[in-house]
Amino acid sequence: MNKIVKMVLTLTVLGLISGFALSMVSNYTDPLIRQNKQEALREAVYYVVQPTESYQEETREGKVIYKAYDSSDELIGYAFTASGGGYQGTIRLMVGVGPNLNRIKGIQILESSETPGLGGKIRGEPFKNQFRGLQVEREVGLVKSAEPDKGEIQAITGATISSRAVVNIINKGLDRVRSVLSEGE
Amino acid sequence: MIKDFVKGIWRENPVFVQVLGMCPTLAVTTSLINGLSMGLATTFVLVASGLAISALRKLIPDQVRIASFMIIIASFVTVVKLLFEAHIPEISSQLGPYLPLIVTNCIILGRQEAFASKEPVGRSLLDSLGMGIGFVFALVVLGGVRELFYQGTIGGFEVLGSWYKSMVIMVQPAGAFISLSLLVALFHKLSGSE
Repeated sequence: MNKIVKMVLTLTVLGLISGFALSMVSNYTDPLIRQNKQEALREAVYYVVQPTESYQEETREGKVIYKAYDSSDELIGYAFTASGGGYQGTIRLMVGVGPNLNRIKGIQILESSETPGLGGKIRGEPFKNQFRGLQVEREVGLVKSAEPDKGEIQAITGATISSRAVVNIINKGLDRVRSVLSEGE
Repeated sequence: MIKDFVKGIWRENPVFVQVLGMCPTLAVTTSLINGLSMGLATTFVLVASGLAISALRKLIPDQVRIASFMIIIASFVTVVKLLFEAHIPEISSQLGPYLPLIVTNCIILGRQEAFASKEPVGRSLLDSLGMGIGFVFALVVLGGVRELFYQGTIGGFEVLGSWYKSMVIMVQPAGAFISLSLLVALFHKLSGSE
């Protein structure tokens, strides 16, 4: 009996101490972590729609849209996050589009766990820069080895699945944002 | 006393000799900086839980010792994870799930079982510091080698010039296994063991 009491007591006390200490640490780190995430999002908006000077966050039908303005307060585009399955895990993107939604201004990878060295190259400038100023009639196209045509980008060698995933995520997100924005006008 | 400290670095190196903690060793050593931060995070948990467990060793009943060790280890790992996310978010996102997975690192539980739960605080501190440094050493070497052959840099500094053609396999799992086994072989050759 005595033994059992001691065992239960030990674990209870340890659990209590640990819980208390962790809540203290988390109290301290939570605001910092939230700030970091906000910061990353902000940087992404500035990166995908250039040259953004300020932006406003707006929620329409549950979709958060960042309206980007240049230095003379002119609306130069929208940015939004979109996510979907990649080759491994989820890919989360920030996508920037022009004010008429027919031109992509840029993309940024917020989150991805694609294979380093292959799919991981979607984080690289050469891949992301293909989207800068890309015209889109309906959706972005993907070519494997041919020269990309208007509205198309070239897949990364050895990472067709990851490249296609990015393109699909953009197309789906674009669809959603188009319908959300046209409804609101 | 000094033997407690030195053995973890060389003669009983947790990675090269004991071949423990293979999951983080293989998974996060795609670059030197990743290896270093993983190694330091693990060392912190190792030392902190070693101190706590060694100090509490007479109070913890034998039957619930593993459960108690796990509570202590998991608490320190959570602290590290939160601090990383708050102060170095880039590295934290690079290490991804492997940071919280330090909980299951068998070097840590192994040292508590084999050493901290039986020895006084001072010796336990030396032991866990030595093991931690040995782990950092192994991860830094492995990360450095893989980074060098993948992108021709060490710790972000260009070493091999632009003529170097990157070996993609080195950042993939196969490259991790190949470099680790070659390093283990080299280590044994150097230390003159069989």
